[in-house]
Amino acid sequence: MEPKTPLGHQVREIWPLIILSIILFAVVAVIQSLDDRIISQSLTEGLIRLVVVIGLYIFVGNSGLISFGHIGFMMIGAYATAWQTMDPMTKDIFVPGLPAYLLANSHHWLVATIIGGLIAAIAAFISGLAMMRLSGIAASIGTFALFMSFYSLYLQWSTWTAGQSSLVGIPVTTTPWVAFWFCIVAMIGAFVYSRSKYGLALRASREDEVAAKAAGVNVTGERVISFTISAFFVGMAGGLYGHFLGLLTVDTFYLPMTFITLSMLVVGGMQSLSGAVVGTIVLSLVIELLRKAEKGFDMGETSISLPASSAEVGLGVILLLILIFRPSGFTRNAEIYWPFKPKVAVTEVTHRQS
Amino acid sequence: MAFALQVLMNALSLGSLYALAALGIGLLFGVLKLINFAHGDFITVGAYALIVPSAATQATLLLGDFHPLILIPCIVAVVVILALISEFLVFRPLRNASPATLMIGSFALGFIIQNILIMIYGGRPKAVGIWSDLSLGVELMEGVEVPKLQLIIIGVTLVLMVVLVLFLTKTKYGIHMRAAAEDFRMARMLGIEANRVIMLAVAISGMLAAAVSMLFVVQTGILDFRMGVSLMLFAFIATVIGGMGSLVGSVVGGFAVGAVSILLQTFLPSEMRVFRDVFVFAIVIFILLVRPQGLVMSRASRERV
Repeated sequence: MEPKTPLGHQVREIWPLIILSIILFAVVAVIQSLDDRIISQSLTEGLIRLVVVIGLYIFVGNSGLISFGHIGFMMIGAYATAWQTMDPMTKDIFVPGLPAYLLANSHHWLVATIIGGLIAAIAAFISGLAMMRLSGIAASIGTFALFMSFYSLYLQWSTWTAGQSSLVGIPVTTTPWVAFWFCIVAMIGAFVYSRSKYGLALRASREDEVAAKAAGVNVTGERVISFTISAFFVGMAGGLYGHFLGLLTVDTFYLPMTFITLSMLVVGGMQSLSGAVVGTIVLSLVIELLRKAEKGFDMGETSISLPASSAEVGLGVILLLILIFRPSGFTRNAEIYWPFKPKVAVTEVTHRQS
Repeated sequence: MAFALQVLMNALSLGSLYALAALGIGLLFGVLKLINFAHGDFITVGAYALIVPSAATQATLLLGDFHPLILIPCIVAVVVILALISEFLVFRPLRNASPATLMIGSFALGFIIQNILIMIYGGRPKAVGIWSDLSLGVELMEGVEVPKLQLIIIGVTLVLMVVLVLFLTKTKYGIHMRAAAEDFRMARMLGIEANRVIMLAVAISGMLAAAVSMLFVVQTGILDFRMGVSLMLFAFIATVIGGMGSLVGSVVGGFAVGAVSILLQTFLPSEMRVFRDVFVFAIVIFILLVRPQGLVMSRASRERV
């Protein structure tokens, strides 16, 4: 059924966004109605991861380059946000190296999170200018090196980050609904970007770099733009994460986090927003189940439990199986499309292209 | 003069480790177009094979207690078998996938290996002292004393490189491998067996990883499930700044990264020394800005249209 009215056309245009928001809303509403504190905490963590995965999709999905470095931007955003919202009393103890303004003042968490995202975006812009000149695979290795250098910088920079110990005293403000609204904003951002002229140009370069260049696309420039935008969302997710945990350690933002977010994107389907959302939901469920199994099930008298870190091994095996048997992910890289198929295909198709 | 020689020896021995690791990565990239994120974990497994598998904090030597003539082939065998299993279970099913997919696949493989190591050995670092008398000094000339191990590292690296060059240029299989690295499809059409060449490359890469893990663990004396990752990272950087797909480039890049690290280590003021790695990365990024294609340009690195 083809929509007849202008409103109908608009609804059809943004259909993936609507359906994904509804799915997400349903998931959050159902889990919240259980009124279980532990489950609701896993939900918040999952939603924050979803913001990261959507941010990752903005770069990886549109450019076709794999980034191993986005968790570095998450870390930058997390610390930048925490510097603004921590209790000034604790700042003197943990991070005495901060500038005088930050030591004396605090911002509202929402303002702080947005500023944190902007700082991550600036870091991405500057490093992107260098990284995005590299060809595909070298750029991926470059992002990995970038990630490790951010990691070792923050680990040693103890007057600003408390180094190897942890930063405590961050107000806990991230509730499931806060995280939900950030997911919605990130989805809208990702959707609008990938359909903008910048997103389309980048997608063209993903399909055929040489042809896109020949058609006048500045590939390096487009990649830098999307790298920056994606780092903005990932950085904000970092801010949310700090305000979810209430404390920050540099080790939180290391390879396991990189691996989990990247596999969520790949398992769902790297090149579609629906893939990012579906992959995150499915793998979050799997991780929760495996973690439960690590703690052990009670089977009558005996309890059966999996050895520690089998959740990670399981995740790795799932990712490998997906890569081998369904490399385009659950969604086959497509968005969730308009469910009301036209009855007469040929005329309608020509109509749609006009 | 004596000081300069000391620094040179440090740079050469660190560069040797990076170059060996980079060669293992570069070899697979040439033949398979695979960026092997599991290479670091191959190195880690080689080191962990020295001790008894248990989660105890105190490490008990298993293979490490044997005579070197038995120990070394055993470690090499363990790593090569691991590499070949990886080839069968992961790389072969992904043979026709895009390089990006292969890369994620090897990343997943590395993550699995790391977590299996945690499962078996526990997550804490362990001390393991084998051949600790190798770290004793040898006097090279008046006032210059270097650990015996540094000389061994440099020597082993030189020998392995010469053997590898002879293999690649003088033997039938070596020439097959170079042909496959140059143009895999053409090589296959001319009758080179793809599977044999790839398995050979994987096995050689595993041998190089085993060599690195032996040298590295004798040097540091510590087992940590992440020990291979940092080595691999520098090796990656070495292959990128050397020029992807060029073996000479990998070696040049490895020594360059080693030299830069040691120079920074020596000449940075002490309070900045903890940021050494950050400076290394900054210099690498600068090199890439000037020469995005790497120091040594190879024909394979340019993509055909």
